[in-house]
Amino acid sequence: MSIQNQLKLRPRADDRPGQRTAAALPNKMTAHGVTVFYGAKQALRGINLDIQENRVLALIGPSGCGKSTFLRCLNRMNDTVEGCRVEGRIALDGEDVYGKAVDAVQLRARVGMVFQKPNPFPKSIYDNVAYGPRIHGLASGRDELDEVVQTSLKRAGLWGEVKDRLREPGTSLSGGQQQRLCIARAIAVSPEVILMDEPCSALDPIATAHIEELIDELRANYTIVIVTHNMQQAARVSQRTAFFHLGEMVECDDTEEIFTNPRDERTQGYITGRYG
Amino acid sequence: MQLTLLALTLALLTVIGFLIGRSRASSSVGGRVAELHSVPAYHGVYVALWAGLPALLLFVAWTASEGWLVLQLVLSALPERLATGDGQSVALLKADILNLARGIATGREPDPLVMEAARRYTAFRDLADWSLLAVGASLAVAGLAWGSHRIGPDLRARPVVERVVRVALVLCSLVAILTTVGIVLSLLFEALRFFSVVSPLDFLFGTHWSPQMAMRADQVGSSGSFGAIPLFAGTLLITVVAMLVAVPVGLMAAIYMSEYAGRGVRTWLKPALEILAGIPTVVYGFFAALTMAPFVRSVGEALGLDVSSESALAAGIVMGVMIIPFVSSLSDDVINAVPQSLRDGSYGLGATKSETIKQVVLPAALPGIVAAVMLAVSRAIGETMIVTMASGLTANLTANPLQAVTTVTTQIATLLVGDQEFDSPKTLSAFGLGLVLFLVTLCLNMVALRVVRTYREKYD
Repeated sequence: MSIQNQLKLRPRADDRPGQRTAAALPNKMTAHGVTVFYGAKQALRGINLDIQENRVLALIGPSGCGKSTFLRCLNRMNDTVEGCRVEGRIALDGEDVYGKAVDAVQLRARVGMVFQKPNPFPKSIYDNVAYGPRIHGLASGRDELDEVVQTSLKRAGLWGEVKDRLREPGTSLSGGQQQRLCIARAIAVSPEVILMDEPCSALDPIATAHIEELIDELRANYTIVIVTHNMQQAARVSQRTAFFHLGEMVECDDTEEIFTNPRDERTQGYITGRYG
Repeated sequence: MQLTLLALTLALLTVIGFLIGRSRASSSVGGRVAELHSVPAYHGVYVALWAGLPALLLFVAWTASEGWLVLQLVLSALPERLATGDGQSVALLKADILNLARGIATGREPDPLVMEAARRYTAFRDLADWSLLAVGASLAVAGLAWGSHRIGPDLRARPVVERVVRVALVLCSLVAILTTVGIVLSLLFEALRFFSVVSPLDFLFGTHWSPQMAMRADQVGSSGSFGAIPLFAGTLLITVVAMLVAVPVGLMAAIYMSEYAGRGVRTWLKPALEILAGIPTVVYGFFAALTMAPFVRSVGEALGLDVSSESALAAGIVMGVMIIPFVSSLSDDVINAVPQSLRDGSYGLGATKSETIKQVVLPAALPGIVAAVMLAVSRAIGETMIVTMASGLTANLTANPLQAVTTVTTQIATLLVGDQEFDSPKTLSAFGLGLVLFLVTLCLNMVALRVVRTYREKYD
């Protein structure tokens, strides 16, 4: 079944008239003219993109098109990469995240990140989730920390599976569980935005379905940006989709528009599988 | 001479065998190499092995037994009155014959019969070598002929060659193991001789070390006491001091190199630190004895402490400096082996660099760091020269690092220096100490290796 048909058949809340318009939701983050160099190599060329609150934005495009680079600019993870230079303006709630007053460490507490490969710390499940709250002093006392850990694991849909084994190492979980643990770990810091860099690419279809459901639920409380190579996934979980190609943002629109009625022929070519 | 000739012949025949095998293999299929079971080079090696290996085995077996066989032959030809007797006189006779055959004077006028035997021995040896050459060369030629005869499109040359290579690899790995076993056994037997004189309990738990045995009953100052506790305590003390220097400094250096230093700094800093490991320990000894010990002493005096001019502290500090590169280099490697994804995960949660290092990177690298420290400890325990030069030979039982102490290895060195009789308890005690030292470092290394292995399993 083609993606277009899937989209038409699937009923969703956002398809109701009046709720779908972009103007109804404020922008959580905005990017203007974002250009990134790795040394002499230019990875992104003048990206302009708005990220709306409590929505899922999917970034799609062929490998090496710069979508992960863009994602990593949003919480300044590129700061840790040697020789990386970011130009342009990225704002979170109107404030330039590359501004002098902003500390990258504090920014990352507000803009959390989930990575491609599940990367639980070599600690217990409990300590993995408690890591963020501990370093940010979000919980005072043991009971409050327990509460935060429990809530985060519940929101990540992992509580039922791990509530009796919180002291076991995080690495003892299966791949899908590890990824949900990483999501719980990100949630525990109470971020406003969650960035996900191909969060399902290392997982099997069942674990993937789990995570996708989870993303849909998380949208109520968080703004989510997800990079994915899987166009069905983009269609399933996102409300808006941006298509990147060779370091440029080709077009960004409602997901349904992109997949049913792309304006650019490069987008058309990519989503119909002619390249990428 | 014959042996050199044989070696050259074998080498030549092996090379010829390789060339013949390879060309016969490709001509047997008319140049269509794809029809062969194995590529032509394997056929070449196959023939070369047939040419070289049997002759080589013969050569090894022959040289191992030739001397003994010829000697038996010569002895059996001697009249009864010479060749029989107790073990010692026969051994003497054998030694005489061998010495005469080599042209070494025995120191007394030799029996004409023995002279004759020596001549016969030389002649037999010569004959035996020539026949070895003949037999070896013909065996090689026969092997070459047999090997090249078997060459054909269906010959499974590769599996044969691979099996031989595998056996060779196994033999090589056995060399290291057998050497270790040999060392342990020699150590063990000498130590057992020591323990038959001195009780192991007195040795392990005695608190007085004075390894002198009285030659005469009324000799002065030869108490002959072999309590090794002061040595163990001294070793422990110096090792602790060395570790107190090496572990923090080495670990901090490793953290700087792997987490903070840019690529440019790292490329020269790491080799520079590793140069420290290449300095001969004698040079460290100079430094400890001539610079560090007086420095420690003057600092101690300024503080009103009584510091011995040869102190455990000075030796320990210098030994710690020597060990820094071990700790830093190995720790740097394990810290680098911590996946970047863990660091990213931590940064992604808003952790600072130091939080990430303390709470994620170091715990992940901890098993490797522990292993590095343990290897450093066994290095410190085994170190001899610095202590010999800077902390002296007095076996004090003290926990005060400002006093002079001595260590196990230093005592072993001093016990065996110079002309020694190898049956006195004084000399043999070195082997007892060596055995204990060997066991302790063995245990440390085994624990370290096990820790490293579990660590590797985690991230591969």
